[in-house]
Amino acid sequence: MISIVDYGIGNIQAFLNLFGRLGISVKRACTAEDLKGSNHLVLPGVGHFDHAMKSLNKSGMKKPLEELVLGLKIPVLGVCVGMQMLSNGSDEGSMQGLGWVPGRVRAFKKNPKTSPLPLPHMGWNTLSSKNSDFIFNNDYKESLQFYFLHSFYFDAEDKADVSATCYYGFNFDAAVSRKNIHGVQFHPEKSHKWGEQLLKNFTEL
Amino acid sequence: MLRPRIIPCLLIYKGALVKTQGFKDPKYVGDPINAVRIFNEKEADELIVLDIGATVNSMQPNFNLIEKLAAECRMPLCYGGGVTSVEQAVQLVDMGVEKVAVSAAAILKPSLLREIVAAVGSQSVVAVVDLYKKNNSFLKSYELCSHNAKKFYNDNPFTLMQSFQEAGVGEIVINSVDRDGLMQGYDLDLARQVKSKVKIPLTFLGGAGSHEHLKDLISQVGTIGVAAGSLFVFKGSYRAVLINYPTPEQKIEICQEALRTNNIKGDFFV
Repeated sequence: MISIVDYGIGNIQAFLNLFGRLGISVKRACTAEDLKGSNHLVLPGVGHFDHAMKSLNKSGMKKPLEELVLGLKIPVLGVCVGMQMLSNGSDEGSMQGLGWVPGRVRAFKKNPKTSPLPLPHMGWNTLSSKNSDFIFNNDYKESLQFYFLHSFYFDAEDKADVSATCYYGFNFDAAVSRKNIHGVQFHPEKSHKWGEQLLKNFTEL
Repeated sequence: MLRPRIIPCLLIYKGALVKTQGFKDPKYVGDPINAVRIFNEKEADELIVLDIGATVNSMQPNFNLIEKLAAECRMPLCYGGGVTSVEQAVQLVDMGVEKVAVSAAAILKPSLLREIVAAVGSQSVVAVVDLYKKNNSFLKSYELCSHNAKKFYNDNPFTLMQSFQEAGVGEIVINSVDRDGLMQGYDLDLARQVKSKVKIPLTFLGGAGSHEHLKDLISQVGTIGVAAGSLFVFKGSYRAVLINYPTPEQKIEICQEALRTNNIKGDFFV
């Protein structure tokens, strides 16, 4: 069973619909109790980093999530701000991140390579492969592209954790994988067949 | 490499899909949910849905319909029409709308955009600016309007767009009222002017009648959003309803100038 972690933020419905269409059993998890029996987790997120962290802390699911992810080592996928929450913290706010993937979330507007570009980074972009089967094992290799919508980016401390980069003024870390912990900055749930395949691959990890 | 976005814009009136000309005479073109399904199949880059009956009738967004649209939509969705408060914006985002568009309310209450940005983040806030080109003077100028071009304002549109940018919105959609439904091409002059004055992502709407028109605009102003209503819902000079969208090959052709320039510069038009 895949659980979509619903702490009040993000497009839960889009994930439920997508996994539903794929015929993969999925549920919305709003409480610690709901998380029981999960063997995959999706952690969505949009908006302000601090708001997302506060909401997760308040949901009472942070501790059980840690037990599942760090203790039982079940695969987790953070999406957009959900990926950023895997870090130690973000320049967007002052809250601590989950700290599951060492790194810091930084602002494009503070980076001289991206500050002259239109921000947020919005639209369909391609990825450069590092080494991630679940992202690049795709029937659509030629045309592989994903929808991005963000002003902040993940800067992994250990670049061995980076599974894909994306070019916007420079190559930023667009996806991270550290053992069972994964994160993607783009929105697979809004990326047509390319995202659908990625999420299907994730459930097979 | 980031590429331009090609965006169908669907108009909703009393729950039905319609298309206007010059913001008038809404013609029934079908069921919105069905249209979303077709654009899913065609892998549209994004979708803009505007409820043109909401603001003029002082109604709030039709959350029932929007929830269904968002659930069906497999691409990013931008919704506009009747959004006047932070609470509504939050509710829309929670329903799965990626971008909330605000127009009249942002002009009437300048602090509103800043408040919505604080609640849902820059990336989820779009300002829609309706502009009417004045033809009766020697001086080319654009008049700002809202409420389906029934209400006009004295504000300088470019100053207003810059203030929206300051407020932190993630995107501005510029809608050429005088070209709506005419299918004779975008106002390229306006697009160039806006592009030189505004730094955030831009989308232009109003006037597209062919893939050539999309290509013209992209060649002029680069990596932007090109939106169209009539082009993607009508076929032929009799305006027969037929939902359509460029194929992947046609997309490359339409965007080639921006892709070529991005490749050479390794970057974007800035």
